[in-house]
Amino acid sequence: MSKKNISVYIHIPFCSKKCGYCDFITFACSSKYYEPYKNSLIKEITSFKKLQDYNIISIFVGGGTPTVFPEDFLAEIFTALSIYNIDKNVEITVEANPGTLSLNKLRTLKNSGVNRLSIGLQAWQNKVLKKIDRNHTIEEFLKNYDNARRIGFENINVDLIFSLPYMKNEEIAFKLWYESIREITKLNPEHLSIYSLILEEKTLFFYEYEKGNLKIQSQESDRRMYHFAIKYLQKKGYKHYEIANFSKGNRECIHNKVYWKRGEYIGFGLGAASFINNERQTNIKSLIEYNKKLASQNYKREDILLEKDIIDKKEAMEEFIYLGLRCTQGVNAKDFKQIFGENMWDIFRNPIQKNIHNNLLEKRDDVLKLTQKGLDISNIVFSDFI
Amino acid sequence: MSNKNIRNFSIIAHIDHGKSTLADRLIEKSGVLTQREMQSQVLDNMDIERERGITIKAQAVRLVYKAKDENEYILNLIDTPGHVDFNYEVSRSLAACEGAILVVDAAQGVEAQTLANVYLALDNNLEVVPVINKIDLPSANSQAVIQEIEDIIGIPAENAPLISAKSDINIEQVFEAIIANVPHPKGSTNLPLRALIFDCFYDTYKGVIVFIRVIDGSIKKGTKIHFMATNKSFEVLELGFFGPGRFIPSEELNAGDVGYITASIKDVRYTQIGDTITYADNHCPEPLPGYKKVNPMVYCGLFPTDRSDYQNLRDALEKLHLNDAALQFEAESSIALGFGFRCGFLGLLHLEIVQERLEREYNLDLITTAPSVIYKVYKTDGTVTEISNPADMPETTLITKMEEPIVKASIMLPPEYIGPIMELCQERRGEYLGMDYTSSNRTTLTYNIPLNEIIYDFFDVLKSRSKGYASFDYEIIGYFPSDLVKLDIFVNKEIVDALSFIVHKSSAYERGRKICEKLKKEISRHQFEIPIQAGIGGKIIARTTVSAIRKDVLSKCYGGDITRKKKLLEKQKEGKKRMRQIGNVEVPQKAFMSVLKLDEE
Repeated sequence: MSKKNISVYIHIPFCSKKCGYCDFITFACSSKYYEPYKNSLIKEITSFKKLQDYNIISIFVGGGTPTVFPEDFLAEIFTALSIYNIDKNVEITVEANPGTLSLNKLRTLKNSGVNRLSIGLQAWQNKVLKKIDRNHTIEEFLKNYDNARRIGFENINVDLIFSLPYMKNEEIAFKLWYESIREITKLNPEHLSIYSLILEEKTLFFYEYEKGNLKIQSQESDRRMYHFAIKYLQKKGYKHYEIANFSKGNRECIHNKVYWKRGEYIGFGLGAASFINNERQTNIKSLIEYNKKLASQNYKREDILLEKDIIDKKEAMEEFIYLGLRCTQGVNAKDFKQIFGENMWDIFRNPIQKNIHNNLLEKRDDVLKLTQKGLDISNIVFSDFI
Repeated sequence: MSNKNIRNFSIIAHIDHGKSTLADRLIEKSGVLTQREMQSQVLDNMDIERERGITIKAQAVRLVYKAKDENEYILNLIDTPGHVDFNYEVSRSLAACEGAILVVDAAQGVEAQTLANVYLALDNNLEVVPVINKIDLPSANSQAVIQEIEDIIGIPAENAPLISAKSDINIEQVFEAIIANVPHPKGSTNLPLRALIFDCFYDTYKGVIVFIRVIDGSIKKGTKIHFMATNKSFEVLELGFFGPGRFIPSEELNAGDVGYITASIKDVRYTQIGDTITYADNHCPEPLPGYKKVNPMVYCGLFPTDRSDYQNLRDALEKLHLNDAALQFEAESSIALGFGFRCGFLGLLHLEIVQERLEREYNLDLITTAPSVIYKVYKTDGTVTEISNPADMPETTLITKMEEPIVKASIMLPPEYIGPIMELCQERRGEYLGMDYTSSNRTTLTYNIPLNEIIYDFFDVLKSRSKGYASFDYEIIGYFPSDLVKLDIFVNKEIVDALSFIVHKSSAYERGRKICEKLKKEISRHQFEIPIQAGIGGKIIARTTVSAIRKDVLSKCYGGDITRKKKLLEKQKEGKKRMRQIGNVEVPQKAFMSVLKLDEE
């Protein structure tokens, strides 16, 4: 009997410094916390015996900054995972910040099977990097990127952020963004993720914004940068396959696509999210609690679950739409019929009609997808479906 | 007990000058209750009152005190509301007394509101007994305050008890001053019944409990009584006195007594404050003077935030009305806000109290429309109509002239704030009448000001521009012609009926502009551009634009945390539900309230 596919996410909640815009679970704490956390992770991974019934098609180590972890810790984690069935074409990604990728570390990662790197560059200018709390320089990035290529990494993603604050005016913001995009494409990475800055509550930027100290970009300026990037990257041979993601030579991120296509995944680590057996789960978010629970003799997976949410058919159909529409190829009514046994056009008649009328969605044969305008205000479209 | 041993009095004081504290002390000292039995402030029953430091509804308490002369006296303390909205109620409470204690704060001195109530007391021929309170405050200046009372009010104050109600200093002097100075009641038990209604209260079991002062005659259980103004007759079921916090039934109430009666009365409309009660079969020749039917001065629309709460709002208003005959309401419907009620209030404070009680006691979420006064509209066909709802305003071509109510306002303030406050009165179309240097650190400004300028946010601005030092009182002097227009607000070319209001032509542009700007902040960007306009009779006088939304997207994937994404989308969807639809524009509920406070920034 063939096994079901699954993806694995591993969260490393440590950074050397927390950025002003970041609201992920991450601590800029002393390295004495690393080992207990690594031990907890390994226990969580090895205790989850159900994983034996699956075939792992992707592994994503995210953070935080996974590469602040010593390389042997990362290697131990991969060893722990190796007791399960790992697909021969597995995609294994590790997130990294520039300045953390020594040749040694890269070699260890490569030997552990890591075949994809995701580097959080964010901007091309040292001055901008400093303003947004990144403690690396463009020179460090270039060196790390070069190291990775030398070690033989053939699938590299670079993250960039646009609509950054503290810009003197819209023109300067645009010029800097243009430079970042232009320079990065010269290096020809296989994959690019471009994110518009989101002011999340409980971040330093948010507090500064509330106090009136943070000058942010207008919606118009934000879209100008986004639209420009799409055009420019397409011209450079990148395929715009998801709202924020671009790839070259068929290097779409398998792992991220699992999220959008409602594939199953298991998250290990602090605050990690899972979707398994039609249930969405989130792990607890307290580091101390997490370590304590996993150190216990009687540890059960239930102990570290913060949220459990069984997805009924109605919710599943909604998810199919609002997750699937993020991909530029859109959602297919045939797939919908096959999964749910229902007619997509009937179930969502009103929101589909309304959004087609407003020029936010378009229908071609069996396919429904966001228009260019729909991409910009996709939340408005999605909220009509729930 | 002979009525020579009865004293009926009330306490007059400005907010915070210590009326309730003194009342508590008097109750405690008269030995009716031990200290432990007392609520912190026995007279103020309602939460709202306690928070605002204002007594809303008049109540009474009967104290028994053994004086230095070894005689026992019955002292009936009739409490009065301390706000101009309830002026009439105050005047009726005072009419039930022969004397009033005037409490003045030894540090603050005489305030405008104090003055207004003292004049009311003097109008009712009351003996005013001054008492200087808070003498133990470091900033107290009793001698200056005594001088101020003599200069400003013109009543002798040199023998005024110097007390601290809070610290329990010289309270017995207050009792002795009341007994010595307040005249005993003069009526006769042998004359036909004349009793004054000074308050009433609806009780689910007993019906209306009527608070009365018997002037002449006597009432027993079974007495057939007649309410002269409302022309209703009832048979008395129960009667008695006011113990602190409870009723004490008794056999009869005689001339000079203060007490309550019940008679299975189902509706407070039959028991109007100020009405005279007499025998059903032996009418007194003439009712007591001073009765007035109270009419609302301020109107506004109240709408439930959740449309399904309409019936609950109706029930709540009906329940409040049981105890508050001055509150009026009738059903109203608005295109923007759906079904609600047009409500009439004695004044802005009364409005706020009712609104707060609806929200607090009945758990209702409300949208209030801009308060309005009653305007007189003279039409081309020779008729005159009174309107309080902008929606009822006839077309301009049908109007020959309009009149609005004007009040005479007295503002007392330290001289250093004269400049900013005169400026405020000017802005509010005030007509300067005069200035009195009542004392070296206190000035009285007198203005005629249109009432519609006062109900808006005058009091808040007055307080903020005088750093809280100015106090203010007003009385309606009548209706005068005025150049009034109806200002309409349009959102995406659709008129928003709930935002229309009547305003003087000279302020229309400024108000219109401010409202447009406020709405621009409150209405979120839509998929299209939204013009927000203010207009008079179809002519646009101010405009702003909410530009179209360009971006609403989550680019991050939150590490596969789809639950978090979904919560965001659900929040967005919930937000939409709380919106009011104006054409194809979603307007948040709070936008309707935000336009009521334009001068705050």
